[in-house]
This record gives sequence, structure tokens and C-alpha cells, in this order.
Amino acid sequence: MAGYKGSNINPKKFEKKQIKIILAVLPLALFMLLPIVFIFCHAFKPMDELFAFPPKFFVTRPTLDNFTKLFKASAMSGIPMSRYVFNSFVVTVIVVLGSILLSTASGFALSKLKFKLKNTILEINNMALMFVPVAVMIPRYLTINVLGLTDTYLAHILPLLAMPVSLFLVKQFIDQVPDALIEAAYIDGASDLRVYFKIIIPMIKPAIATSAILAFQQVWVNVESSNLYVSNEGVKTLAFYMNTLAATNNTVAGQGVAAAAALIMFVPNLVLFIILQNSIMNTMAHSGMK
Amino acid sequence: MRASTTHKRTKIGKRETSNRSAYAFLAPYLVLFATFIIVPMVIAMALSFTNFNTIQFPSFVGFLNYVNLLTRDEIFMQYVLPKTVLYALIVGPGGYILSFILAWALAQLSKTPRTILALIFYSPSMTSGVAMTVLWKIIFSGDQTGYLNSWLMRLGIINEPIIWLLDVRYLLPIVIIVALWSSMGVGFLAMLAGILNADESLYEAAALDGVKNRFQEMWYITIPTMKPQMLFGAVMAIVGTFQNGLIGVQLSGANPTPNYAAQLIVNHIEDYGFIRYEMGYAAAVSVVLLGIVWTFSKISKKLFQEKD
Repeated sequence: MAGYKGSNINPKKFEKKQIKIILAVLPLALFMLLPIVFIFCHAFKPMDELFAFPPKFFVTRPTLDNFTKLFKASAMSGIPMSRYVFNSFVVTVIVVLGSILLSTASGFALSKLKFKLKNTILEINNMALMFVPVAVMIPRYLTINVLGLTDTYLAHILPLLAMPVSLFLVKQFIDQVPDALIEAAYIDGASDLRVYFKIIIPMIKPAIATSAILAFQQVWVNVESSNLYVSNEGVKTLAFYMNTLAATNNTVAGQGVAAAAALIMFVPNLVLFIILQNSIMNTMAHSGMK
Repeated sequence: MRASTTHKRTKIGKRETSNRSAYAFLAPYLVLFATFIIVPMVIAMALSFTNFNTIQFPSFVGFLNYVNLLTRDEIFMQYVLPKTVLYALIVGPGGYILSFILAWALAQLSKTPRTILALIFYSPSMTSGVAMTVLWKIIFSGDQTGYLNSWLMRLGIINEPIIWLLDVRYLLPIVIIVALWSSMGVGFLAMLAGILNADESLYEAAALDGVKNRFQEMWYITIPTMKPQMLFGAVMAIVGTFQNGLIGVQLSGANPTPNYAAQLIVNHIEDYGFIRYEMGYAAAVSVVLLGIVWTFSKISKKLFQEKD
């Protein structure tokens, strides 16, 4: 062979040599996929298939029974499920958008601007993401109590807006934006704000998409705020409600309801990932600069 | 090396507004960060020097909690620490290397298969909480209706159903498998994005310079160009590994896990904090855990330090 051709990364089209790679990762992919398929199947199983012996992995006669049961259970409780859905939706949208704005703005400052406390702030931020969340649960409850945020939407939103992991991620990506590019903009008379919007944001799309997914996952399944900071049922979130359903239906008969709840919580994740994956694997970010 | 860095930075920082404007960019984050993360963290650290039962006002006890942890907590020394170390040694590096290799393999595929496979590998990290409990509990269910038992019995490997999730021998391995299964998380995504965003001209240049195969290319081109993502992935792997305690408790349905078979540090913290209501002691264990995580992430930082 006359030398290595190089650049196998991000091929433009499908070639035969890729089959090798696919075959290599396929067994693992199937193992990883198994549980997802299972969640889908299980949620649509009728009672006799849930109890079947020997147990069946795939559903043979799909039914919506589990979902009807789940909605009936929610109709019996005082608060309609739509209320939980609405709460979760509002909280999730604000946290995802807000945390992205905060982490990109502060990531820009920490990566590209020069100021005194820079390294200290970075170090504290990284330490914060290493501190185990259970240990701060009660102190955070006290803080929220003192601030008078209990029983408000803000109790769901404010504690999650500053996301150390997200800042760390975004900052790592901004580090890769070439300084030369930014300097050139400054020489042309651009302000910091302009550099942030016109250079930084467009160039770190993969990081933004990744941290959107990250933020979504944290807030969407978050039950801590509903459990601890909010006692008014009407302000609690869907994740909390689904968890209660799953917890109170722990018998085999309830497995169907729990599986249906799991599926409902899982699908939005899936949809968001499918929408955003294009930006994560966005390979255009570096075009136009050499 | 150092000098060139400072030189580059000063050019940007030379402009007078920089200092003020930097704080303007940071302010909203810092306010929320301080209120909801730093203040609770400082309180938690302060609690580690007290005796606090969550009802009465905490009483100061100095280093007693730390001394007790090191000298009198037999469960910690005998079960929790060894289990955590074993778990972390397998899941930490294992999950990290697996994430990187999969990201690297996927980057060499064309768009459609890559997207589908990335979705599959990432999906376990999405099925946290509710989903995981339902799913794995049924697979490892202890009677003959459990999928694993049923399969193994049909194949004639075992005659009696095994009570997987309560068996001291099997619980930790199962926890490790489930943890590895869900380890392709945000670190994996960041590394995938990092590989795909590398400048293609670098690879062309490397091929001309005599890089012979794709492993050399990975070692000399891919990894050095994506150091920030490699570091992020490493820190995430360390943090995720040490802070994970959910799996064992959810699968076995009890904290402490049966015979402390899968008792990790986080479970120990929860056990003391929310079952025995010894918040002061739990806080001390969390500070020790922070120290462990911090040390490991410092080491990984040394490995992936920017050399610009």
C-alpha cells in the first residue's frame, strides 16, 4: 500500500471500509438498545403478557391499556395531569434557555477575557461540580426557605440556572476558538458583546447543543425541587408525579403503568436529542478559518 | 511555552474595558451560582464540623466526625471504601475509554449510520430514574419470571432461579454492568463533537508527514487537537463514577444494600444523612469524597493540560 491516505474522520459518504466499524460496534449497540426497545414494548403490553411465563421480551398484541390506566389514575387525583405537564414545560424551557445564556456568557469571560479573579472562579466552579449533590440538599433547602422561594416556580428554576457542568463544558469549547480570530475582530473595533454574539456563539454550536441536552435532562427529571421546596401540588412537576405513580405501583400489575410513565418521560429526551444531534455533530464550525 | 500564553492573553486583555466587561458577562451567573451552589456548599462544609440531627441546632464538635470516619467507622473501611475503589477503578477508566473509542469509531462513519448509532449509545444516559428501575429490575428479577433467569434456565445453564439483586456475589458486578451501560453520557457527546470539529487540513498534513495508520493518527492528531474535550470527558467520568450510588440502591430496593454488597460512598452519605439523620457526619463524608474527586481530576488535568 502506497502510504496511508489519512483523514478517515467525518467521511462525506458511505464507503465499504465503514462496514468494518459498524460490525465492530454492532454487538454493543444491540446491548445498549435492548433496554430502550424493552421500555417501548413493555409500555404497550396487555396484562397477560406482563405476567406471561416464560416472560416475553417483545410485545405481541400491543394495547394502550397501560396508558389509559395511567390517565385514569391521574384523573382520580385532584390535579389534572395537564397541570403537571404545563408546569414541567414552563420550568424546563426557562431553565434550558437561561442556563445556556448564563454559561456561554460566563464561559466567554472565563476563557477569553482577562481579569483578576479568573482562575479562582474557574477553580471554585470546578470544585462545585465535584461536590456530591445529596450533601447540599438540606443547606439548599434552608437557603431557598430564607429567600422565601418555597411554593413558587422560582424554586424549580433559580437553583438550576447556574450549572457548573455546563459552564465547564462551554468554556472548554471556547478555549478552542482561535485567539487570532477574536483579536482581528477587536482590531476592527468590535465590542466584547459583538464578539460574543458574532464569533463565540456561532463557533461553539456543538457545545451549546450538548449543554442544552444536559440542562434538559437535569431539569426534566428533577424531583428534588418538587419533593423539598414545593408543597403545593399545583406547582409540582410531571417528573414528580410520574415518580409517585411508579413508586405506588410497584407490583407486577403496576409494572405496566410504571413502564408507560417511563416511556412518557423518556420520549421528550429522545425527540430533543434527534433535533439537536445535528448541531452536536456540526462539522461546519471551523470552516472559513484556516 | 508559558510566556507565549501570557503574551497572547495580554493582547486580548490589553483593552481597558476588559476587566469591567468580564464581570458584566459573569455577574448573572455568579449571583445565582453563589446563592444556590456556593452558600449551600459552604454550609454543608461547616456542618461537617458539627453534630446535626436535622432538628436541633447543630453543635460544634471540631474534627470529631473526621476522626470517627477514619478510626471507628468499620463499615466504611471494611465495605464502602473497598467497594467504591473497585467500582471506580472499573467504571471510571472503563467508561471513559469506551466513550472515547466509540466516539472515535462513530466519527469515521458517514452521517446517517453515525447519527443512529450515536443515538443508541447515548440513549441509556437518557433513561435515568424511573426507566432504569423498571427495566433492570424486571430483567434481573429474582424468580423464574425474570428475563435473565428464564433465559438461563431455558438454556439449561442454571436449574434454580438466582436472586440476582439480593445476592451478595452478584449485586456489585450487576451495578458495574449497569453503570458501564449508562456511561456514554455528556462526556461521550463532547468528545464526539471534539473529534468531528477538528480541522481537516491537519489530517491531510499528517498523512503527508508519514502517519501510517489510523491508530497513529488517533494518537498524534485526534487526541492532541481535542484536549479540552478529553479533559471534560475525564472529569465527567471521575465525577459521575464517584457520585453514582443510585444504581445499587434502586436495583436492590434498599439502602444499605444487602450486606453492604454494593455500598458506595454516596450510599454511605445518604444512609447517614437521610436514614440515621446524622447530617454532620454525612457532611464530613461528602467533604472527604470531594477531596478524592478533586485529587483525581487534578491528575487528569495534568494529563490534558493545554500546551499552547
